[in-house]
Amino acid sequence: MLQGMVLLLVFQFIGEGLSALLALPIPGNVIGMALMLLALSVGWVKLEWLQEAAELLLSYMAMFFVPAGVGVMLYFDLISREWLPIVAGTVISTFVVMAVTGWTEKLLDKHGESES
Amino acid sequence: MSELLTSPLFGIALTLLIYRLAELLYRRTGFILFNPVAVSIVSIILLLKLCHIPYQDYNNGGRMILFLLGPSVVALAVPLYQRRQEILKRKLPILLGIVAGALSSIVSAAGITWLLGGSHRVVLSLVPKSVTTPIAIGISAKIGGIVPLTAALVVLTGCLGAICGPEFCRLVGIRSRAALGLAVGTASHGIGTARLLGEDRFAGAIAGLAIGLNGLATALIVPLLWLLFGG
Repeated sequence: MLQGMVLLLVFQFIGEGLSALLALPIPGNVIGMALMLLALSVGWVKLEWLQEAAELLLSYMAMFFVPAGVGVMLYFDLISREWLPIVAGTVISTFVVMAVTGWTEKLLDKHGESES
Repeated sequence: MSELLTSPLFGIALTLLIYRLAELLYRRTGFILFNPVAVSIVSIILLLKLCHIPYQDYNNGGRMILFLLGPSVVALAVPLYQRRQEILKRKLPILLGIVAGALSSIVSAAGITWLLGGSHRVVLSLVPKSVTTPIAIGISAKIGGIVPLTAALVVLTGCLGAICGPEFCRLVGIRSRAALGLAVGTASHGIGTARLLGEDRFAGAIAGLAIGLNGLATALIVPLLWLLFGG
């Protein structure tokens, strides 16, 4: 458990470092994810080492967004001033993106349903 | 008493308690509008407003919970690695699906807001709304959007995808697990992904991949459009 946590944090740290050093437009944690995927594929990191910690974090991932969402309360004034274009733009566009992305994948994917 | 409210203990305990209750409510009722993230956010805001507790006090603990999002994103490498064969088999549909999604997000969000009379900076703030928070904030700042508004709309988008993303996808004929995961992850980043992870590991892994790739695609496409149609 601790071992997995250490690995995740070290990879995040390296990712953040690369993102800052190279002034990349990608956040450090996403780079950390890519590096971890690479390390697993090459065999530098064994799945068993981090599986427990990763499962724990992923099962609570939704909760980690709550404080960011509560931050919305600071901008109620701003949102209420132009609420119609803001809310309509956000809501309609979210459904448009889901439909376009899903349909594109469906159209091009010839592999059919994956087994669970 | 006030020291207790400004210590991280308050924000952490409150978030965990409310989230636990919201999760129970969701499990008992199974009602999709009772998405635990959305219910927790609304409940905590109401509670802080009613008790006149400033957001900053809550956030002393809140930011520690938010911190765990970083290693969680790195942890998404695990389900991706476990499903690598099925993902590699579909690399073209996945990549093109995400590029199409990123383009449609930028155009539809800005277009609809502009048509409905949104002001210039508000229109720009909506451009990166489907992208994960850290990337969205960077894009918004670069093109002259209102950064906090972008952050708020990213969360709203995520909650929307978590509340009814999978239901909407099935309604419009997106049923395969790969297409569903890609659609929800591209449109509603980590919050939508978190719901999928709880229901279906494969769709969740694809959604996790979509968070990173859509962030990358949007971060590259927006400056390009900016050069072409410059503001």
